[in-house]
Amino acid sequence: MDTPMDTLTPSHFDVVVIGAGPAGMAAAVAVSHSGASVALIDDNPSAGGQIWRGKTGKDHRLAAGTWFERLNNSVVKVIRGARLFHIEGHLDGGALAAETSQGILSVSYGKVILATGARERFLPFPGWTLPNVFGAGGLQALMKTGLPVAGKRIVIAGTGPLLFAVASYARKCGAKVVAICEQTSPKKMARFAAATTLVPGKISEAFRLLWDLRAVPHWKNCWPVAAIGKDRIERVRLAHNGRSREIECDYLACGFHLVPNLELATFAGCDIENGFVRVDEFQRTSAENVYCAGEPTGIGGLEMALVEGQIAGYSAARNETAARKLLGQRARYARFARELDAAFGLRSELKSLADPGTLLCRCEDVPFGFVRQFDSWRAAKLHTRCGMGPCQGRVCGSAAEFLFGWKVDSVRPPVFPVPCASLAAISSGSASTPSGSKGGAR
Amino acid sequence: MSESVTVRVNGKPVVVPVGATAAVAILISGAVSRTSVTGEPRTPFCGMGTCFECRSEINGTPYLRSCQILCEPGMEIQTNGYANGYIDAQPF
Repeated sequence: MDTPMDTLTPSHFDVVVIGAGPAGMAAAVAVSHSGASVALIDDNPSAGGQIWRGKTGKDHRLAAGTWFERLNNSVVKVIRGARLFHIEGHLDGGALAAETSQGILSVSYGKVILATGARERFLPFPGWTLPNVFGAGGLQALMKTGLPVAGKRIVIAGTGPLLFAVASYARKCGAKVVAICEQTSPKKMARFAAATTLVPGKISEAFRLLWDLRAVPHWKNCWPVAAIGKDRIERVRLAHNGRSREIECDYLACGFHLVPNLELATFAGCDIENGFVRVDEFQRTSAENVYCAGEPTGIGGLEMALVEGQIAGYSAARNETAARKLLGQRARYARFARELDAAFGLRSELKSLADPGTLLCRCEDVPFGFVRQFDSWRAAKLHTRCGMGPCQGRVCGSAAEFLFGWKVDSVRPPVFPVPCASLAAISSGSASTPSGSKGGAR
Repeated sequence: MSESVTVRVNGKPVVVPVGATAAVAILISGAVSRTSVTGEPRTPFCGMGTCFECRSEINGTPYLRSCQILCEPGMEIQTNGYANGYIDAQPF
């Protein structure tokens, strides 16, 4: 199990962008256009983030095609499949370390732009750990990376516009989408529909999705109550307008909107305000030389991420004139972001879906009833091991935030679990560690 | 699928489309990706490298998030789940 980790030749860039989703791609392109050197680092096998997963410059939706082409035509060092686990600030910039299939990558930078995106919020309900229960975006990611779903009966539940996107994609792949279950009310949905006029292209996108899904039951005031099955899910029990109903399905995809990935920002010392990274008008965080763009500064969707990414990129490359031109656009999209928030806020009934025995922490198998006895995330961790498994609370932490109103903020290095060998590569506290480091077991 | 790749999940050949991740190969094979600390079977869940439910041994390296790794011809994927008959040791 002891694998010696090679240390790759350290490199330096004026700006390093972390996360190659839309915000990160836009940021890297803006930096490059401003004449500074830039690297774009992501842990996925390819750029595009969750939303543009598997897309390339040649095909698909207009925005994706445009930005892939811009990225390909810019001088950007794109580093894929790099799992970043360490970041440290220096007086004149900083350094980071990432695991790659070739060894440990050490990079130093003048400025860093965090474009770490968001993940789904998952909520515990009886049966949610059964095989073939997925996240909503989770199912989409799996379908985009080759999961065959033709003929499968799929129920998609939770909240947010993502449910429609997943349903539409599943149908294109030949699945039978049995129902879309949206926890919000018809009234809030109608208000959100009106808000789509704030962002160009959103209305046509919405109409396209509604047309694609015209044959699919779309229930509002509806949420999952239990996933039922022996070795895997066989059916789901739903609450719908105060009534209980059960439907058979092969897959259940559940996502309760998005939560920002704040681990790196927290680790880098950025102030977090109301659950998001606080930035100024140029996307600067409170930490020296650290910028942030996209979902970590507020859940705003694709267009917001693209404009924030560009502002961050231009600012980091000291091209304030170009950044300033985009401020008006961002303000308009920020209104859309507020509407998104208002429409898909979670109803309080979702706090009581779990039984005392329902697992809250999937890594350590800690039941909801055990965690509930404590009065803070920290106390719960210390007494129950909740949030102390490999995902380090990325799943149960954001659930606990909603369920108990806890502040979930205990981020510790490394950012992701890594073998000791990887830690040894950075143990001198410098990114330019010489090669040949060896470490112990994981 | 126009093109496909053959990998092995717990020794059993599995044909997946080009571009498929190891997590998808596990799902297609019908194996579970791991057995939880109290013995529950689990399959990949978040699909985006967050939840660690899909962690598996790939070409001899343990505890890799299989949803972040593309299948390559001849790849050996070993899950720690029921199909393999042993319980996932606590890795960390």
